[in-house]
Amino acid sequence: MNNKQSFAFGFLSGAAIPAVIIGLVAVIAIVATVYLYQTSRANTPGPVISNANASANSNTKALKTAPPGAEPAWTKGAPNATVTLEEFADFECPSCGFFEPTMREIKTVYGDRVRVIFRQYPLQMHQHAYDAARAAEAAGQQGKFWEMHDMLYDKQKSWSKEMPDARKEFENYAKTLGLNVDKFNNDLTGDTANSRVSADKKRGDFISIRATPSIFLNGRLLTADEMQVTKMRELIENALQGK
Amino acid sequence: MQNSDAPKIAKLPLLAAVIALVGLADAIYLTVKHLSGDGVQCTIVHGCEQVLNSDYAKFAGIPLAFIGVAAYFTVFSLATLAAFGNRQAWNFLSIMVGMMAIFTGWLLYLQGFVIEAFCQFCLLSAGVTFTLLGIVIVSRYFFKRLA
Repeated sequence: MNNKQSFAFGFLSGAAIPAVIIGLVAVIAIVATVYLYQTSRANTPGPVISNANASANSNTKALKTAPPGAEPAWTKGAPNATVTLEEFADFECPSCGFFEPTMREIKTVYGDRVRVIFRQYPLQMHQHAYDAARAAEAAGQQGKFWEMHDMLYDKQKSWSKEMPDARKEFENYAKTLGLNVDKFNNDLTGDTANSRVSADKKRGDFISIRATPSIFLNGRLLTADEMQVTKMRELIENALQGK
Repeated sequence: MQNSDAPKIAKLPLLAAVIALVGLADAIYLTVKHLSGDGVQCTIVHGCEQVLNSDYAKFAGIPLAFIGVAAYFTVFSLATLAAFGNRQAWNFLSIMVGMMAIFTGWLLYLQGFVIEAFCQFCLLSAGVTFTLLGIVIVSRYFFKRLA
């Protein structure tokens, strides 16, 4: 071994160096995984519990102490239903669009027995998300919030792409839904729509929404796994039976 | 020319090792996301949540992200060995990267045509695999020696 070599690698023989590097990376990888996993669990707003009877977890408290959001909220189902689903969503978010059929199935199957609350949680990163949220609010002012809500999801792919102004597109939906288009356009940019969206957003921010869609079942945040339609129905059934 | 026994570090395998580390970090991130079940926020290249929650996110019951961790770690190890002159390791790596590229192609097809959503972290992984494939091809056809 020459001097340079022995200075650089000291006690290690040539063959041991790759083994040491590989071992080191393995250790770092394992430590990083454990660390990230723990941090990610700690930051998740609520504990992951696989049944629906968790009434006193941190989410529930967070939702109870959170700002109320827009009042009155957009809801479906009976006001006194045993089960309440509160959804925070962004009309432009493809995950929300992907999740929408699940929500529709639940609304159809359970009807009045499940109260569904929709909360606006448009994300800055989506070009037209705020306008879409305001469009739904504007339609709501003419009594057609849910119709516009459904329309926005149905047509998500056609308006969520790069375009300078999606409002023209929303105006067409308003026409299709038989709304007064002038009023719709005024309301879309009006204070009411804006402040309702902000109010919902504040509620979401308070409970640190980390992803859209986020669904709370009787105040408990569902995990991604629990948002699969079969799992969600099971949780709802259990909650309906008071389990 | 060789007048010392200093380990010669082959450049292409070294590059492959560094790139495999990027893949490893990405796969670890995705594994943690998968395990902790929290969604990646809806982002510009959409649909991580959608992709990671799809039926295709597991292969034989094992999360794909975890398979990714194992694969990138293996590639990193082989590339490191090759960087220090182990040709056999480079041969194994070439075969492995070839298979990974085929598998990645299938995953891209699933994202594009079946799930119809792309997850940027999965796309990064695809980029890493194809870059590794590029390095392997370059090493096979343009360099007779690795060093």
